[in-house]
Amino acid sequence: MSNATENLVEVQDLFMYFPVTAGIMQKRVADVKAVDGVSFFIKKGETLGLVGESGCGKTTTGRCILQLYDGMKGKIIFDGTELTELKREQMRRMRRYMQLIFQDPFASLDPRMTAGEIIGEPLKVHGLAKGQEYRDQVAELFRMVELEPFMADRYPHEFSGGQRQRIGIARALAVRPAFIVCDEPVSALDVSIQAQVIILLERLRDELNLTYLFIAHDLSVVRNISDRVAVMYLGRIVEITNADEIYSNPLHPYTIALLSAVPIPDPAVDRTRERIILAGDVPSPINPPRGCNFNPRCSQAMDICREETPELKNIGGEHWVACHLVK
Amino acid sequence: MVFIARGTGFWVGNVKMATTTDERILDVKELRTYFYTQEGEVKAVDGLSYHINKGESVGLVGESACGKSVSALSILRLIPYPPGIIVGGEIFFQGQDLLKASEADMRHIRGNRIAMIFQEPTTSLNPVLTVKRQISEALELHRGMDKEASLGETVRLLKLVGIPDAEQRAQDYPFQFSGGMQQRIMIAMALSCDPALLIADEPTTSVDVTVQAQLLEILAELRDRLGTAVLIITHNLGVVARYVDRVQVMYAGRLVETAPTDELYSDPKHPYTIGLLASVPRLDSERKKSLRIITGLPPNLARLPGGCAFHPRCEYAMDRCRVEVPTLEKIGEDHLRACFYDADKLHKY
Repeated sequence: MSNATENLVEVQDLFMYFPVTAGIMQKRVADVKAVDGVSFFIKKGETLGLVGESGCGKTTTGRCILQLYDGMKGKIIFDGTELTELKREQMRRMRRYMQLIFQDPFASLDPRMTAGEIIGEPLKVHGLAKGQEYRDQVAELFRMVELEPFMADRYPHEFSGGQRQRIGIARALAVRPAFIVCDEPVSALDVSIQAQVIILLERLRDELNLTYLFIAHDLSVVRNISDRVAVMYLGRIVEITNADEIYSNPLHPYTIALLSAVPIPDPAVDRTRERIILAGDVPSPINPPRGCNFNPRCSQAMDICREETPELKNIGGEHWVACHLVK
Repeated sequence: MVFIARGTGFWVGNVKMATTTDERILDVKELRTYFYTQEGEVKAVDGLSYHINKGESVGLVGESACGKSVSALSILRLIPYPPGIIVGGEIFFQGQDLLKASEADMRHIRGNRIAMIFQEPTTSLNPVLTVKRQISEALELHRGMDKEASLGETVRLLKLVGIPDAEQRAQDYPFQFSGGMQQRIMIAMALSCDPALLIADEPTTSVDVTVQAQLLEILAELRDRLGTAVLIITHNLGVVARYVDRVQVMYAGRLVETAPTDELYSDPKHPYTIGLLASVPRLDSERKKSLRIITGLPPNLARLPGGCAFHPRCEYAMDRCRVEVPTLEKIGEDHLRACFYDADKLHKY
């Protein structure tokens, strides 16, 4: 899909189906098609935004890249190495280069460990520092996320949501990764704290030369921090292009509807926008519609949309769309 | 003089009675609701005053723990005691002080003249009763309908909120509906008795943005058609920009600014409002333009700072702000704010 050497991450034909079992014998009766044929790449130093509504498979995609699930199909190539072919110990050592920041600042920190222990644990696991050097690095990590080192002896419940998220970020940075999957890192935070954390993530990215996969359902947040944006619907990517283009020239009907559904906090501007209200609900990923999985809700669906799944096609520059309407 | 006013009547049996009303249907005055906990006295609502006019839609905006949900529950006297208690203030609804009303009066008002929809439909709908049973309960109780009439009305309401195949679906249980559909059922329930005021507490927080758009369109349509006053409680400034006539901004249990929507966004006059608006990323702003941030953290309501609760985070804080609590003052036609700093010297971003 592009120049291989400048890509840090390449995802090829990723499928992740979660089995639905029934009966005493736990027979597999159906599959939740969480990720249903996804391919993309992320260049070194780039931030790729991955947006979509709940259940579209974006979190699953992020976790598959980090090899956190068994049973995935497809290839994940990280800095030239095919992760799916590594043995367990090799993969374990690779993990220091790829980290994850979680959405829920309350569930993602061990309540029985102090902040210092949480942040320092990766250093211990990977054998990266001992003794005084370890203590110095932990203190440095606190400062990097704008927390005071003296807070190292406190437990997670003594911190606010925004501070806990910073601890999660420091923990991810401890091993000096190259790549971080940020899984809705600000969704659970208050509005005025979201900006603080977004700015922190941007600063760290610029200072430490990080590559991000930034997963979110809030298009306004993703737009600011991303270089390119991919839109997912029911397990598939429907559109992917650079961040300016996706907002100025969206082509897929779902992308257009998604954008129009996001209110702009400025009534004078918001009133001038066209509003597209989608009919119906998102269908279940156990039984996605035939052909283009968006067709039941698409006001412009044609016969071919109900029969054939559209391929992700390059329509110029970096802009790719999966839609029969777009040439 | 007797008005037949839509959305402001009440029912006796099957007959809708007319009533005269003020312009204001809700008038909250110096409401104080405190919680007594291990950490001490938590002043969830600490001197809140505002009003809602007949047919108006108002947004009550603030971040978590600013007291907005507690204030709504206080209106309906749903604050659990212990540990919470309404310690002061008055809440006038259609001329009656709800804080002095009897429990019997409140039962007549809840679900009937004031209705509420909650953030999490999965926990607000009864999982063991059919949708039909839940909606018709209010109809039978408050409007005195018999089983047949209430079923017909239930189906009509479900159609009104856009539930497909309403006749069959009325027999289903809440778990058989998606989150967005459950919210619609809640809206149908809330509107079943034609309330004068509908309180929606974070109605869209737990749903996706496209479903949020659907729900808010329904609320807006119904409000226009039925003339119901709506109070939308949310932290989402975008939702408020699109769907309400007037915005009220809360911080640490008090109102800090209130104005008609257009004016609040174009000409905010409180440092917190200005900071909040500047810190929210927008789809139409210049990309890569930095967000402004409000330094510091939201206050601990058990340990409020002296004076203005916002002063530790305020770039304009003066000595006076540390000791005196500012009260709401008029600075425009319909624009109030609680701040000591000169409004004209505030810079916006």
